[in-house]
Amino acid sequence: MATEAPTLRRTPLYDKHVALGAKIVPFAGYEMPIQYEGIVAEHRAVRSAAGLFDLSHMGEFGFRGRGAGAFVDRLVSSDIAGLAVGQARYGLLTNDRGTIVDDVIVYRTAEAEYLMVVNAANIAKDRAHVLAHLTKDVVFDDRSLDTALVAIQGPRAAGILATTTQDHSDSLPSFGVMPARIAAVKATVARTGYTGEDGFEVFIASNDAERVWDALLAAGSEPGIKPIGLGARDTLRLEARFSLYGNDIDETTDPIEAGLGWTCKLDKDFTGRDAIAAKKAAGPERKLVGLVVEGGVARHGHEVVKGGEVVGRVTSGTYGPTVEKNIALAYVPTALSKVGAVLAVRIRGKDVPATVVKTPFYRRPE
Amino acid sequence: MSTVPNDLRYSKEHEWVRADGDVATIGITHFAQEQLGDVVFVELPEKGSTVRQFSSLGVVESVKAASDLYAPISGEVIERNVKVIEKPELVNSEPYGNGWMIKVRLADKGELNQLLSPTDYRSHIGETAGAGGD
Repeated sequence: MATEAPTLRRTPLYDKHVALGAKIVPFAGYEMPIQYEGIVAEHRAVRSAAGLFDLSHMGEFGFRGRGAGAFVDRLVSSDIAGLAVGQARYGLLTNDRGTIVDDVIVYRTAEAEYLMVVNAANIAKDRAHVLAHLTKDVVFDDRSLDTALVAIQGPRAAGILATTTQDHSDSLPSFGVMPARIAAVKATVARTGYTGEDGFEVFIASNDAERVWDALLAAGSEPGIKPIGLGARDTLRLEARFSLYGNDIDETTDPIEAGLGWTCKLDKDFTGRDAIAAKKAAGPERKLVGLVVEGGVARHGHEVVKGGEVVGRVTSGTYGPTVEKNIALAYVPTALSKVGAVLAVRIRGKDVPATVVKTPFYRRPE
Repeated sequence: MSTVPNDLRYSKEHEWVRADGDVATIGITHFAQEQLGDVVFVELPEKGSTVRQFSSLGVVESVKAASDLYAPISGEVIERNVKVIEKPELVNSEPYGNGWMIKVRLADKGELNQLLSPTDYRSHIGETAGAGGD
């Protein structure tokens, strides 16, 4: 056959998305649902009740063996050595230049077993990064293609999850992880997410994905669970000021300017540690700040302007359905990064006022 | 409600025109709002400015993306819909009603003949959907 555009993969839940009326778009090599009912309705469902996400495109790396803990600790910026079994932590993969290869969550699932979840678009790159550093006392396997990931997020998520399991995984602490059975299917359940709400991520074998998806949708029907596409996933994460790799962070950005210095445990040894420590000591020249834009929607790539001069660039921007404002993240010079600083975003040639605000834009009620 | 009302004329870019004497009301179609998704921002020309047939008149932003609006007809803007600027979601909920964009004084009624009839517009959006692009 003649060569064609690279074939897009489908997650094991593809047929479910089509049956639910999803609009499907290519994303990170997958045909993914961008929306079902509509971004705003889906966004609100997650903030007020619950939403169900298919994240099976994301990558799952397993590390086990005697040296696994020490190895992952040297690879990731945060305190992996300090994780007890059943705990998870957010962190960064960084390179020797101290810039960001990916952002990940590491779960310690057993005494000498770690699970790392990586961004779908970065699976091949991260695998190479891992293999370049791998030591003999660690068994590494990339389980991305065999693993499905379903997230249930929102204030009603715990109650819904509880009706599908007898393992009390619904009472996990935040960033806790445990083996459990969900809808009688063997799963790994973690209290993690990317929406700014309480919620869970459920790892299962690809073959079991439909069963778990259907069970959670059915269990959530009364509280009003909705399937959520990538569109609302983006508005939810941006309101909560979670970085999106490829937009807000990448290999041209470092953790200090990205506001991710808190993920870097500089008193341990990890790849990129020295470069990041130097950047921290010197102080960042620019910072990733939150903007509220009056009179237009800022988008990735728009220029940030001060006194008619381009001073920075928007990395993410949208209308925030819960905060009901046009919000954005942008890199701006440190001198212009203070909360209250008045800048502008150049939207279609017009300089639209934008104010630096405190982030997250949205914080869930206690 | 019909998704392509019979009393309007249409542009290929999915705007509609309701002509009443020498005044025309302009909006975007049900099909257009559905393609855009939730509309969150509308930018319209000032009263007193003029718009030219098939050239840009403003912008509609949905949560996802910005899209240009094209004038289906030439004329002077005599009113812009303040309600839709304040509540852009009207474009989704009432594309042919309170979600209208501007009213213009027609420069040339003959231009209406260059627009699509409801029947032609129906087949136009059939074709658009069939081609699989948006």
